[in-house]
Amino acid sequence: MTFELKPDHWRSAVKYSPFYNKIKEHDYLNKWHRWAEYTTADMLEDATVEYFAIRNSASIFDITPMSKYCIKGPDALDFMNRMLPRDMTKIKVGRVAYTVWCDDEGMVIDDGTVFRIKEDEYLLCAQERQMEVLRRNAIGFDVEYSEVTDDIAAISFQGPCTCKILKNMNLKDIETMKMFDVRFFDFPGGEIMISRTGYTGDLGYEIWVNNDQAEPLWDALFIAGKDYAMRPIGGDALQIARIEAGLIAAKVDFSPANETVRPGHAKSPYELDLGWLVKLDKGAVFNGRRALIKEQKNGSRYRFVRLDVEGNKPAENAYLFDKENGKNIGYVSSAAWAPTAKKNIALGFVDMPYGEVGDTVWAEIYYKKELKWNRRWAKCTVMDGPAWNPPRKTLTPPADF
Amino acid sequence: MTDRMNNTYDAIIVGGGHNGLVCGAYLAKAGKKVIVLEANKHVGGGAVTSELSYGKKISSCAHFLNQLNQKVAKDMDLAAHGLKLAASDLSTIALAADGNHMHLSRNDVSGGGVSSDDAEKYKKFMSLMHEYASTLGFLIDIPPIDIFNLDWDDKVAAMKLGWKLRFGLGAEKMSEFLRLISMNIRDVLDDEFDNELLKGALSFDAVLGTHTGPYSPGNFLNFLYRIAAGNNGAVDVPVGGMGAVTSAMKNSSIASGAEIRTDAPVQKINVEKCAVTGVTLQNGEVLNAAIVISNVNLKTTVLELVSTKHFEADFVKRTTEIRMRGAAAKLHIALGDLPEFAGLEQSDLKNRLVIAPNQQEVERAFNHAKYGETSERPMMEISIPSLVDGSLAENGHVLSAIVQYAPYNLKGGWTDAAKAAFLETCINRIGEYAPDIRKHIEHAEIITPKDMEDQFGLVGGNWHHGELTLDQMLMLRPVPEASRYALPLDGMYICGAGAHPGGGIMGAAGRNAAQAILKGEAS
Repeated sequence: MTFELKPDHWRSAVKYSPFYNKIKEHDYLNKWHRWAEYTTADMLEDATVEYFAIRNSASIFDITPMSKYCIKGPDALDFMNRMLPRDMTKIKVGRVAYTVWCDDEGMVIDDGTVFRIKEDEYLLCAQERQMEVLRRNAIGFDVEYSEVTDDIAAISFQGPCTCKILKNMNLKDIETMKMFDVRFFDFPGGEIMISRTGYTGDLGYEIWVNNDQAEPLWDALFIAGKDYAMRPIGGDALQIARIEAGLIAAKVDFSPANETVRPGHAKSPYELDLGWLVKLDKGAVFNGRRALIKEQKNGSRYRFVRLDVEGNKPAENAYLFDKENGKNIGYVSSAAWAPTAKKNIALGFVDMPYGEVGDTVWAEIYYKKELKWNRRWAKCTVMDGPAWNPPRKTLTPPADF
Repeated sequence: MTDRMNNTYDAIIVGGGHNGLVCGAYLAKAGKKVIVLEANKHVGGGAVTSELSYGKKISSCAHFLNQLNQKVAKDMDLAAHGLKLAASDLSTIALAADGNHMHLSRNDVSGGGVSSDDAEKYKKFMSLMHEYASTLGFLIDIPPIDIFNLDWDDKVAAMKLGWKLRFGLGAEKMSEFLRLISMNIRDVLDDEFDNELLKGALSFDAVLGTHTGPYSPGNFLNFLYRIAAGNNGAVDVPVGGMGAVTSAMKNSSIASGAEIRTDAPVQKINVEKCAVTGVTLQNGEVLNAAIVISNVNLKTTVLELVSTKHFEADFVKRTTEIRMRGAAAKLHIALGDLPEFAGLEQSDLKNRLVIAPNQQEVERAFNHAKYGETSERPMMEISIPSLVDGSLAENGHVLSAIVQYAPYNLKGGWTDAAKAAFLETCINRIGEYAPDIRKHIEHAEIITPKDMEDQFGLVGGNWHHGELTLDQMLMLRPVPEASRYALPLDGMYICGAGAHPGGGIMGAAGRNAAQAILKGEAS
């Protein structure tokens, strides 16, 4: 199915998701911003209320603007295995891999999910556009690749009640799906794809449909979930959830290597605490391999830290110091008060060798009170992993409510 | 087991062109068990002599020996292995339509209406060029400086370069060097001289073998490189044609202990666990070595011999973006007898004859190539080697010419009709200076850039496996990650013209690659 431009598309450079009209029905604020070409909601009613839908009931977030690519052909596996640092031979049909991809210098271009749809067919999803990356990676491989961003409408359906609601929709055996499984289900208008994936650190699913199935899907979910306080959410609530879960965001926590020009400003997987994705010994060349071997030998420049910050002032944009009024050793890239973990969380980077688990660093926090800037020092403790990582994220079958 | 041992080498060299032979000789001399594999019946690559017609032979690609690296010649003792010169330090004769031709040697220019003022300036200009050439010449014989990871040799080279430029040349000449280095040849020559024929002939040296015209940016560098790259800019003719050069190299390599196999086309370079393990020949035979050195074009090496999945993507991308456009064709004519060139004695004809009447005409000839057409009035470098080397023709003579411009991507393709038409154009062009040439022609052929790719592996018809421009030279050649002859794949090296210092029959790339391998260079 190809996306057809409307005759008057030139009047506006903004694209509207097939869920737009449905979301608009719930919008009390008109707070939207541009994500890729699409308009996307920051907040529909109240960020905190929306956040609690993620953690306590069920939330719907429109991820149609995510860049989506179909890669298929006899060399599809080789292609993926060369582009990605993970051992893709381990990802079987029906499984999804969270992964980063690097340039030759071992610097991260973006992170995303790769769905193995068939033996020789993958779907790649990322926040940023990746066509040029795919183009250079495809040289010499027998693969076809195409962007399907506008052809697939998708929502992220996250929260503890999501499995129950999908069961109410009579999606057969949905409860047997393990985390990072992907399956196809019958739905009016053709099969839809559901993966047990998400960006909230919680139980949740992502649902992928044709554009003309978008509104029927939306309606079906609301009927099945009418007793579960489910609600559509904007990006602000999602930000809180992902920071609480310690997950990074491109262009917020790291600058995509292919658009970073200043030396030292891009980050390697090790520097993003994603070393577990890198399989140096997988026996195949992948982008960044030689540089990452060197980095393993010589050490990284930075360390990604998840900080438990004293007090309740979010350490947004704060510098990090080795002690109060001490030496500047890093910075905070994302920060938020985490309502469920009940912690003041910051994600950020410190120079090596600072920031080992349990170490103390100091944040200089600037905050406004009635338009006047204030400053305070906050002691931060380097946490061992994310502040929110509940058993229900991976529990199979998920509990009913 | 015995079989396997016999098939195991310290190093395998893919491609028996001159750089492969040189590299093999140096490695063998250092005690390595090395084999050079050549796909064709004979080694030699672009430096070969082949039969043109019954009893007549010709250098089928390169035809002058003007850049042979003197260290290579000495280390391999090519003279003892059969390399003899039939003529050395040939003069250039710039042909003029009115028969008042111009004679150019290293220091002097006469005839062609050149003024005494221009002749004086020529002397000075060429002396300055030779000074620059000798200042920079040492860069040819060393690997490009690795500016990211300077080792001791790199630091010495960098200091040597700085010292030679500033104190060797002196401030004034260094300043002039910096002014000239990125200029186009036309602006340089227009600054220096008045005589159009003189400027035409000199500008031709700057555009020879390139996809540029005199007005194109940066090609003064090419002019200088011709002098700096070896042999001091002197043009020699080997006895037996250019094939004799590679034949001497082959003999020297064998004497050093290298094994050479012809008719042994390589199907692929084998890789296991991110390191090379050897090669598989087209006949299915597998040869093992932890080091494989490709003398083949880098694009061909990466895309076809190794396959891109064994390299990282940015490297592959850069490899495919190396500019390698050839715009020169080769013209071969078997002559029953010598044609008469108006205004030239028979004894003059042994020299290098150049058709490049003025810079505007050279540029106009290039204009066609820009748009995928052959030049209507092509420029030429002509050699009649049988005048100095009787072995090439039992009777009569052979004429060899490099003709510009003939684009690789000819509009409509290089069909037989297109070749025949361009051959006619070329013969007519020579006929303007030697009107009776047609009645002496026994056989004539044109080798297009496409033919050069097919016969000699010169991708894009480019002699240098990558255009020699500032952005593709030194530490940027062929791509930054491979400038030290090691590719970003364990055990994989290059030794051909695509590597520093480039093509032309120099042998310097083969020598430098061997030294990098012996030094343990890895990227």
